[in-house]
Amino acid sequence: MSDVRVLVGTRKGAFVLRADGRRKTWSVSGPHFAGWEIFHAKGSPVDPNRLYASQTSAWFGQVIQRSDDGGQTWYQPGTPPGEATTTPEGSPRGESSKFVYDTSPENGKSLTTHQWYDGTPHPWEFKRVWHLEPSLTDPDMVYAGVEDAALFRSADGGKTWQELAGLRGHGSGSQWAPGAGGMGLHTVLIDPENQDRMFVAISAAGVFRTEDGGRKWKPVNRGLHSGYMPDPTAEIGHCVHRIAMHRSRPQVLFMQKHWDVMRSDDAGESWREVSGNLPTDFGFVIDVHAHEPETVYVVPIKSDSEHFPPEGKLRVYRSRTGGNEWEPLTGGLPQRDCYVNVLRDAMAVDSLDPCGVYFGTTGGQVYASADAGDNWTPIVRDLPAVLSVEVQTLS
Amino acid sequence: MIRIVLPHHLRVLARVEGDVGLEVKGPVTIRSTLDSLEARYPMLRGTIRDHVTQERRPFLRFFAHDEDWSQQPMDAPLPEPVALGAEPLLIIGAIAGG
Repeated sequence: MSDVRVLVGTRKGAFVLRADGRRKTWSVSGPHFAGWEIFHAKGSPVDPNRLYASQTSAWFGQVIQRSDDGGQTWYQPGTPPGEATTTPEGSPRGESSKFVYDTSPENGKSLTTHQWYDGTPHPWEFKRVWHLEPSLTDPDMVYAGVEDAALFRSADGGKTWQELAGLRGHGSGSQWAPGAGGMGLHTVLIDPENQDRMFVAISAAGVFRTEDGGRKWKPVNRGLHSGYMPDPTAEIGHCVHRIAMHRSRPQVLFMQKHWDVMRSDDAGESWREVSGNLPTDFGFVIDVHAHEPETVYVVPIKSDSEHFPPEGKLRVYRSRTGGNEWEPLTGGLPQRDCYVNVLRDAMAVDSLDPCGVYFGTTGGQVYASADAGDNWTPIVRDLPAVLSVEVQTLS
Repeated sequence: MIRIVLPHHLRVLARVEGDVGLEVKGPVTIRSTLDSLEARYPMLRGTIRDHVTQERRPFLRFFAHDEDWSQQPMDAPLPEPVALGAEPLLIIGAIAGG
């Protein structure tokens, strides 16, 4: 029987939860990196014991952690103690926590500033890694979406990082602006049928697609409408909170935008709204059932001013029709006095049958459903605020 | 041999307990001390001073011989009791946050 491992990033450390395929009894290990923010942790699809974690701190900056044994032990994949930190020529060796924006002449001109909140130019400043996306085929290759928004890649297991500067440099970078939570690149989707095609999403810039492994990028935001922008249908500036795809149909994308749940059937070339009968179309997470590409999950949040569930009722909404028609899922979830939030990287699914669905809250609960959302159980309930949830199905 | 007192989280990162003892080549300054510290504990690179600018992180301060050295030039010689190891160099994080 398969096991399930859930990687939980919180404001005060990482936790690893594990159960067998029945998903009834869970063990909890952690906190790992106690006291640090763990923005995200994710495992390699080809080597499930290879995990990467983003450990951050306002005091001490960014640290990348790696585990090669499924989260039992961790280390920084940089220069080992005792080894010189410079090359014989005096150049710094790569370090696992070093993210330096590309300032090469071919890119530098267009990468100097983005927009600040008041519309004035503001220099790019690295703050933290929001999201780590391991390659679908190579455990040593991993992508990092960072704040201020940019995409980095490591091809050596996290030891060194290089920016894929074509994203910031494709021409619209000077128009990107931070959302209230910062200007983060928070979603990286790799097309399993063509890994040179990837999608990234940035708050607040929009969705971008590459067809050549990250060298060239184009914005793919047609059909998005954001009333808070001077031009609501502009190509750039949309506060996309999350996008998701099903492995079997990578040209179909689902999006939870600041407001609006959206869908694209043509790899982002055009989007249409599928909010339908949701009680509110504001929210952060969105994910797709592991076996039913038209089954989608969101957690509606009241508004951008009130980041908690409407009416104090924590409800996951499921559409079995690819959007527009949504049903509330409430079994086992608090239906009164609940005022938590569910952040954008805090929902995931396993690949068992029936599909398991998981999400974490800012109140420290991680809820799991072993029946595709019909019934929910808090598998752990008193953690620090949850920033991210990822799930591994282990054979 | 000089001694450095690190904040809790950096001791955990470096996997050390208590003070860190280091040999520093040449004049003992903030810069030469941090260079030696990072050479011995590469996992601390970027955590005390920025990777690129090499400036002190804003929520950290340096204290030596009961004086705040946070704003002193990085190449200024540290006080003799610190340079000789009689007193530690203190690296202290701001007390803030939840």
